[in-house]
Amino acid sequence: MISGLLYHFGQYLIMMRAALARPEKISMYWKETLRQMHDIGVGSLIIVMLISIFIGAVSAVQFAYQLDGTLVPSYYIGYVVRDLTIIELAPTITCLVLAGKVGSNIAAEIGGMRQKEHIDAMEIMGVNTAAYLITPKLVAALVMIPLLVAAASFLAIMGGYVASVPTDLVTQADYVKGLRSFFVPYNVTMMFVKAFVFAFILTTVSCYQGYFVKGGAIELGRASTNAVVVSDILILLADYIIAIIMTQ
Amino acid sequence: MIRAKNIFKSFGTQEVLKDISIDFETGKCNLIIGRSGAGKTVLLKILAGLLTPTRGEVWYDDTNFLTLGKQEVREIRMKVGMLFQGSALFDSMTVEENIRFPLDMFTNKTRKEKLDRVNYCLERVNLKDNNDKFPSELSGGMQKRVGIARSIVLKPMYLFCDEPNSGLDPKTSILIDNLIESITEENNITTIINTHDMNSVMEIGDRINLLYQGKLAWAGNKSEVLESDNELLKDFIFASPFLQKLRQAALEP
Repeated sequence: MISGLLYHFGQYLIMMRAALARPEKISMYWKETLRQMHDIGVGSLIIVMLISIFIGAVSAVQFAYQLDGTLVPSYYIGYVVRDLTIIELAPTITCLVLAGKVGSNIAAEIGGMRQKEHIDAMEIMGVNTAAYLITPKLVAALVMIPLLVAAASFLAIMGGYVASVPTDLVTQADYVKGLRSFFVPYNVTMMFVKAFVFAFILTTVSCYQGYFVKGGAIELGRASTNAVVVSDILILLADYIIAIIMTQ
Repeated sequence: MIRAKNIFKSFGTQEVLKDISIDFETGKCNLIIGRSGAGKTVLLKILAGLLTPTRGEVWYDDTNFLTLGKQEVREIRMKVGMLFQGSALFDSMTVEENIRFPLDMFTNKTRKEKLDRVNYCLERVNLKDNNDKFPSELSGGMQKRVGIARSIVLKPMYLFCDEPNSGLDPKTSILIDNLIESITEENNITTIINTHDMNSVMEIGDRINLLYQGKLAWAGNKSEVLESDNELLKDFIFASPFLQKLRQAALEP
């Protein structure tokens, strides 16, 4: 098992080295990057919006339930929803969902190209396929996923507001007071660090799974599943490591 | 000219190619034939640089391909075209975009120059005015012809064709064969075709190489095929009673 892990890690490093080589033609890479930014960013916006609003709403309702009958002031609902969202839920849940949506899509796209000999066709032309297929996706993900995470945290806070203020769990003034209390800008930095690291993980792991796929439809399906599972595990591991490093 | 020298290739413990040495001549259609599993595709991919042999050398004219650095490999590849068995056209691109892709990636031509070259290549494969179609809108034969157009767009010196007739009807197969043959002669290209289409062997086989269980079992040209007493060749090419009768009829004075 360890030798298997080392083999995959070695292959991954070799792929990433090739992927970060100088592009043959910047304009072609730029065009592909814009297409990927649209696919990853715009294509994921609706699902991220829906999930964020519900996460914020559920967090507010659950915390209000926890506070019921305690001496903790109700404006803490806004405060907890804000920090919970910014520090953990927006980057982590958004990226876990994106690993499922974007990651499986990347693995299937590149794996399909491998099986249909598109990658061989590009190699024969002299294209650095690792660079052309991976770098635009990586750049697009590193730009778009932090933006999606930022949008997710805003929408989750709005979701908390919608779920708690109209239902009288907390007054509007208290919710807003909670949002403005004990704000630590460093938490936003932590959110973006997480978003960048998770974006890197989910994109490169999915590219790796697709790029080295062998066999037929079953193997392609397996590569797509592996892309999601491995990305999710690594995202959670990275989440823990970042939490330790950045909160010390 | 492309020269394979003492090529061995193994996958794990399975030895697929055993000491293959072949000269592929310039301006001619060099065929690699053999039964399924004989190692044809592996040899073609080694010659094209998509696979690395376990042992041996691949020479492109005076250059040992396997000793080249990345940049030099890329320069050689600019002179290589390849037609894949499944055409390998990019599904999300139109016919024009598919053919233009190598021009976009590697040349600094103007838009008009690129379009002129694409139109010339399309005209050459008799697919004029199909620029805006997607691969899914084309028949198998048309896809192969677009594949040929894409493979010649950068004016290659070496052309590799992996089973260009697979899945095509006999008439379309002849069309594709003739197209490859005329492009080879016109441009003095070293063309290597991997096939088990007997019609291709007899039509365009300037130089024929039979692989059997990873070894070179026979080499000759199309006129020598009929007269050869090589049992493996006879068994492979004249596999049916009908073809055997044809051979006998052809050999009768």
